[in-house]
Amino acid sequence: MMALLNILTQSSVLLIGATGMTLVLLTAGIDLSVGSIMFISAVTAGKLLSAGQSVGVAFLSALVVALIYGAINGFFVVRMRVMAFIVTLSTLYIGRGFGLWATETRAMNLPDSIGALGSARFLGLQFPVWVAAIVVVGAHVWLSRTQSGRQLYAIGQDREAARKAGIPVARLDSVVFLVCGLLAGLAGFVAIAQVGVVSPSLGTQRELSMIAASVLGGTSLFGGRGRVFPGTVVGALLITSVEATLNTMNVDPYLYPLVTAGIIFGAVAIDSFRNQQALRRALRRIRPLRA
Amino acid sequence: MNASALSKPNQVRVLSMEAVSKAFFDVPVLKNVSLQLVAGQVLGLVGENGAGKSTLMNILGGVVTPDSGTIELAGAPYVPDTPLLARQRGIAFIHQELNLFANLTVAENLFITGFPKRSKLWPMVDRAAMRKRAAELIAAVDLETTPDTPLANLSPGERQLVEIAKALSIDARIVIFDEPTTSLSVRETERLFALIERLREEGRAIVYISHALDDVMRLCDTIHILRDGAVVASGPTSTFTKASMVKAMVGRDLERLYPARKSAVQSENVLEVKGIRREGIVENIAFELKAGEVLGIAGLMGSGRSELARILFGIDPADAGTVSIAGKVLLNRSPAASIEHGMAFLTENRREEGLLMEFDVAQNVSLAALPRFAEGFSGVLSSEKLALSIKESALSVSIPESKLGRKMGDGLAVRTLSGGNQQKVVLAKWLLTKPKVFVLDEPTRGIDVGAKYEIYERIDVLAHSGAGVLVISSELDELIGICDRIMVMRHGEIVGSFGREQFDRERLLAFAFEGKQSQ
Repeated sequence: MMALLNILTQSSVLLIGATGMTLVLLTAGIDLSVGSIMFISAVTAGKLLSAGQSVGVAFLSALVVALIYGAINGFFVVRMRVMAFIVTLSTLYIGRGFGLWATETRAMNLPDSIGALGSARFLGLQFPVWVAAIVVVGAHVWLSRTQSGRQLYAIGQDREAARKAGIPVARLDSVVFLVCGLLAGLAGFVAIAQVGVVSPSLGTQRELSMIAASVLGGTSLFGGRGRVFPGTVVGALLITSVEATLNTMNVDPYLYPLVTAGIIFGAVAIDSFRNQQALRRALRRIRPLRA
Repeated sequence: MNASALSKPNQVRVLSMEAVSKAFFDVPVLKNVSLQLVAGQVLGLVGENGAGKSTLMNILGGVVTPDSGTIELAGAPYVPDTPLLARQRGIAFIHQELNLFANLTVAENLFITGFPKRSKLWPMVDRAAMRKRAAELIAAVDLETTPDTPLANLSPGERQLVEIAKALSIDARIVIFDEPTTSLSVRETERLFALIERLREEGRAIVYISHALDDVMRLCDTIHILRDGAVVASGPTSTFTKASMVKAMVGRDLERLYPARKSAVQSENVLEVKGIRREGIVENIAFELKAGEVLGIAGLMGSGRSELARILFGIDPADAGTVSIAGKVLLNRSPAASIEHGMAFLTENRREEGLLMEFDVAQNVSLAALPRFAEGFSGVLSSEKLALSIKESALSVSIPESKLGRKMGDGLAVRTLSGGNQQKVVLAKWLLTKPKVFVLDEPTRGIDVGAKYEIYERIDVLAHSGAGVLVISSELDELIGICDRIMVMRHGEIVGSFGREQFDRERLLAFAFEGKQSQ
């Protein structure tokens, strides 16, 4: 029981970010900048906290910065029609570079106020778990119970058909990048609340873990298929468990990426296989079917 | 029955399009087209491929915006802007490729742009109400399924019924069907017709686009015939026969659009195709192509012509059958093997498949033939020989020397050339590989008349040099103008083969439409 609670707490940050990633993947998009958005939001919050600002101000500022990044991603992908891969790869470097410049690549120790928030408990669960739970429930309800949520699945399945069916594709694409950015920023804030430090490597390569969590949870990289609950939640817990196990077994930390890579590779291979089967079923027929 | 519907005194005009025009990249596709729809009537829209039928309806459905003209919907002006607006104004468009989503349920597909909600303020979907409404709509189109069934489990015919139920869900005043029967079985087609009959009785206006002339005669009250973006004939169905419709569709006279043929068909087979089939795509394809012969493949859009070409060249696999080039059977078929044995393939889509748009003429021309100019063990390219051959090849298809540039990579990017010149670059590229068989898929699409003539001349020169040329084209006139023999495809099968002396536009078209001669 205790172990499960620990895994839950440890996986919260990943889960918050992976939920946003799932939304983007559902529409057949991708966002590589989430790790950097985590970092730049954490840096923003950290700077303000160090300057004596309240936790609330730091929190809101971190989210505003994250939203700006999400808006930039959305603008270039939707308005300028640049490939999401290229746009978010650029914002990945911009965010990381900006943050490293602002912190002079040094770790920033934060006042106790935020650490207290990070370890605060309510009904036996820590603050990060509550944030993750609210995000997951919100995203799940959005995806499964609202019109725009169902439309995201339609867009991911066939963008052109979605446009012709009258779905506001451009608007929803923008919203998805905004939300993904926002959740990455939230993940960054929760991460510093948990550890009390803004380290220069915060969020580095987390985009890959988030993609892995989504895909492991059954979300397709080709769009149109996947769920936040239970899918992404299971994926995030699984990845965190593997990392925790490696940790307790004292495995050489340099081997972690190999294990993670193996998991991602397996998940992507399964996804690709399933997609090919779906394509085969949808093959265009020329010859009429017999009555 | 059809005539009586027309003579009813109290006709309600639901739509009036006046002088609608549209051009894509300066090529006019619709010229001052006017059209009226009356409640409770079915209007048939027929014409050859590219006559502008789909563009006209795409304008109405908000998929493309017109350049000029006015549209009135139920007496009020209507400016089509988005598909959503069209739906809100009561226009349902059932595209040939259905706009449904296999990953959602039937009910979700029905309400994808208008889910029933709990209340105005609370955005949650009211699932109970959705199921109830969906069940009603499904029953209204006689579809035997449940609201929660995934769409993926439905057959093409059932999916179309879902699309029609969707039209009912917005109580559409106008329902547009674009080639609705192409993927339906006979039984499903009958069911569709009964449903259209009911929609008509309920007082909706219907536009029915189809190549199946018998269906058009049977279903429609009035018929509009489009040719080259203009309405060339219109009137009550009773004033048309199938023959007169075909005549109006093809219409134009052949002037001197085609060069005289110089090449003669020789006895030797350069290409032999036996028993090619691919499940659901093509069936039982067998033919021979002789040296010096220009062989055309005619057929409607979606009859499997391009798919056959891709299979022959080895891009797509075949389930059975053999292809031999110059007497040699190709065992492992792939594009590389086809090129090696002397087959050249000019794709339908120059921009995407045939050319590297940012590279210059010489670089593009050299692409396919590079292995021939790699010398010795090291495989270093012999640049002088290559340059000379490129120049020779380019000049032989009359690409102006000014476009070539002094060195390779020096010349103009292919992107800056006209469509006609781009096509010549593709030809030059393949000429350099000295092919025995040319497969040309829509070689003159989007090219102006003058450049077309030059391409036709080149095709004759290719045949004259002893190659066999297989030409796929949607323009029947073009095939009649340049081919020695024409095969007609329908539903993935070759349904007829005609020598030059048997060429007859109406007869060929009848085979493409009906798979046999009409009357």
